[in-house]
Amino acid sequence: MIDRSFGDRVFNIINYILLTILTVIVLYPLLFVLSASISNPEHVLRGDVWLLPKGFNVDAYTKIFQNKDILLGYGNTILYTLIGTAINLAMTVCAAYPLSRKDFAGRGIITGMIVFTMFFGGGLIPTYLLIKNLNMLDSLWVMVIPNAVSVWNIIIMRTFFQQSIPGELQESAMIDGCNHFQTLFRIVLPLSMPIIAVMVLFYAVGHWNSYFNALIYLTSKDKFPLQLILREILIQSDSGEFIKLTSESAVRMKMSVEGLKYAVLVVANLPMLMLYPFLQRYFVKGIMIGALKG
Amino acid sequence: MKSSDAALETPARLLTKRSRSELIRRAFTKNWQLYLLIAPVVVYYIVFHYLPMYGIQIAFKDFIANKGIWDSPWVGFKHFERFFNSFYFERLLSNTILISLYTLALSFPIPIILALMLHEVKSEGFKKVVQTITYAPHFLSVVVIVGMLFIFLNPSTGIINHMIVAFGGEPITFMTSPAWFKTLYVLSDVWQTMGWSSIIYLAALSGVDQQLHEAATIDGASKLQRIWHINLPTIAPTIVILLILNLGSVMSVGFEKVFLMQNSLNMSSSDIISTYVYRTGILDAQYSFSAAVGLFNAVVNFALLIVVNYVARRVNETSLW
Repeated sequence: MIDRSFGDRVFNIINYILLTILTVIVLYPLLFVLSASISNPEHVLRGDVWLLPKGFNVDAYTKIFQNKDILLGYGNTILYTLIGTAINLAMTVCAAYPLSRKDFAGRGIITGMIVFTMFFGGGLIPTYLLIKNLNMLDSLWVMVIPNAVSVWNIIIMRTFFQQSIPGELQESAMIDGCNHFQTLFRIVLPLSMPIIAVMVLFYAVGHWNSYFNALIYLTSKDKFPLQLILREILIQSDSGEFIKLTSESAVRMKMSVEGLKYAVLVVANLPMLMLYPFLQRYFVKGIMIGALKG
Repeated sequence: MKSSDAALETPARLLTKRSRSELIRRAFTKNWQLYLLIAPVVVYYIVFHYLPMYGIQIAFKDFIANKGIWDSPWVGFKHFERFFNSFYFERLLSNTILISLYTLALSFPIPIILALMLHEVKSEGFKKVVQTITYAPHFLSVVVIVGMLFIFLNPSTGIINHMIVAFGGEPITFMTSPAWFKTLYVLSDVWQTMGWSSIIYLAALSGVDQQLHEAATIDGASKLQRIWHINLPTIAPTIVILLILNLGSVMSVGFEKVFLMQNSLNMSSSDIISTYVYRTGILDAQYSFSAAVGLFNAVVNFALLIVVNYVARRVNETSLW
């Protein structure tokens, strides 16, 4: 359609301008962090850096990769993300396949039982006591088992199985003598790669970014994931008070800590932000499948 | 006659009954693999979601660790009364509700507007760039978002205060001031979520009937009129569903971000129910009391969801169930 009228053209121009402003607002803090991380901390703290890096300097990065806490946290996060996502995926498939089949007696009851937990739960304290009784406190398992599967993702995957995989295909496989396991592994899953990619991404981002379970259930520092280490560096170290930088040594000390923070932000986010543009269409697809049913 | 009727009827009924259990049995033998598949999921939900619901009873008991949940003595509504009468009650309730409502007021409509605007963009390239950039903050962790707030807003070294000083103002201690807490919370939330939340509306907008647009254009409708009368009604059901979900969770402000932004100086405006439960329960180990506080929160939430859903169904014929 061509916008003929004058008003519509004005609308288009304003629309483009507003969207551009919005995009700049979102982009600016991200670019600033990146520039600041490769600038001389002195310029950053004095407020000389606005957009482009000043006094190119990658000391902060070398320092980070010498920091034992950060490296250990990184390792732990990768471990939790790998194991956690594998468990999540297996559980989601185990739930979604039976629930997608019409001949599965009891699927109404089981769906109801699962969905109910979205709206009501025992709460933090009873859950904490349960974990304690199961002797899972401060273990690897507490990072991957209590959130082994998400209701929302089960629904998304079930909907995908129902709508995108022809029922006749499953029927004919069964007639040809396939049992449910064979149908699932030979017919359904190979046709579900897009949705499996979406699930892997949703779950992996969740594990990578979460700190709540670690905060509540972990006590020994060598098990802390990256996010808890970040919290110490970025938030707990910040007094928030107005400190007058008077003495030379105070300035230098403040600088060595503050200068690190930008680089820490970059290092923590890089894997996600680098992967994301390539995987964007999968993410969006997942949301859309969820939206159909939601 | 009657007795023979009954005699005739009985075996028939028995037969259907037997064949029904027979059918169930056959369905089970045919589909036992499905039950095997779903068994771990059912076990997981029972253990990690329904067992804690059983544990809720400690809210009405004085929990003693070595007696366990079942054998601890009942105390009725003691913990609830203590919470309702406590100094914190009003503060927690108003902070929780206000943070939710402010968030709802901005974070809910902005993605809708963004989606409506994006839908009007003809250039695929421009659209793609805007989408890629506005979706990106969704992938940052809460720790990183709050960390960025701390860095940018630092009174002596943050860029925002450098700007304020450059324009001749006095530096503001944003992160420690109660007056700024809710504003910062909501604005950073909008920044992080607006792009991602717009996806669902964009998806709904792809279902707009183009013929309506053509007809409206011929009748002389302007673009704004067409958006208002065609596009918005198309996505109205989606909006209502998401509004129900959001209103239903007015009492459950996310713990993660508030907790990170919280410090002793801004407590008066940042303390919410979930952070209070964490402090009294996990840090002070007052299990029964904090379980009662948590239960109060969960029940109000659940009731809200049911009420909002009921109202939506009556008014709009769109509802969750």
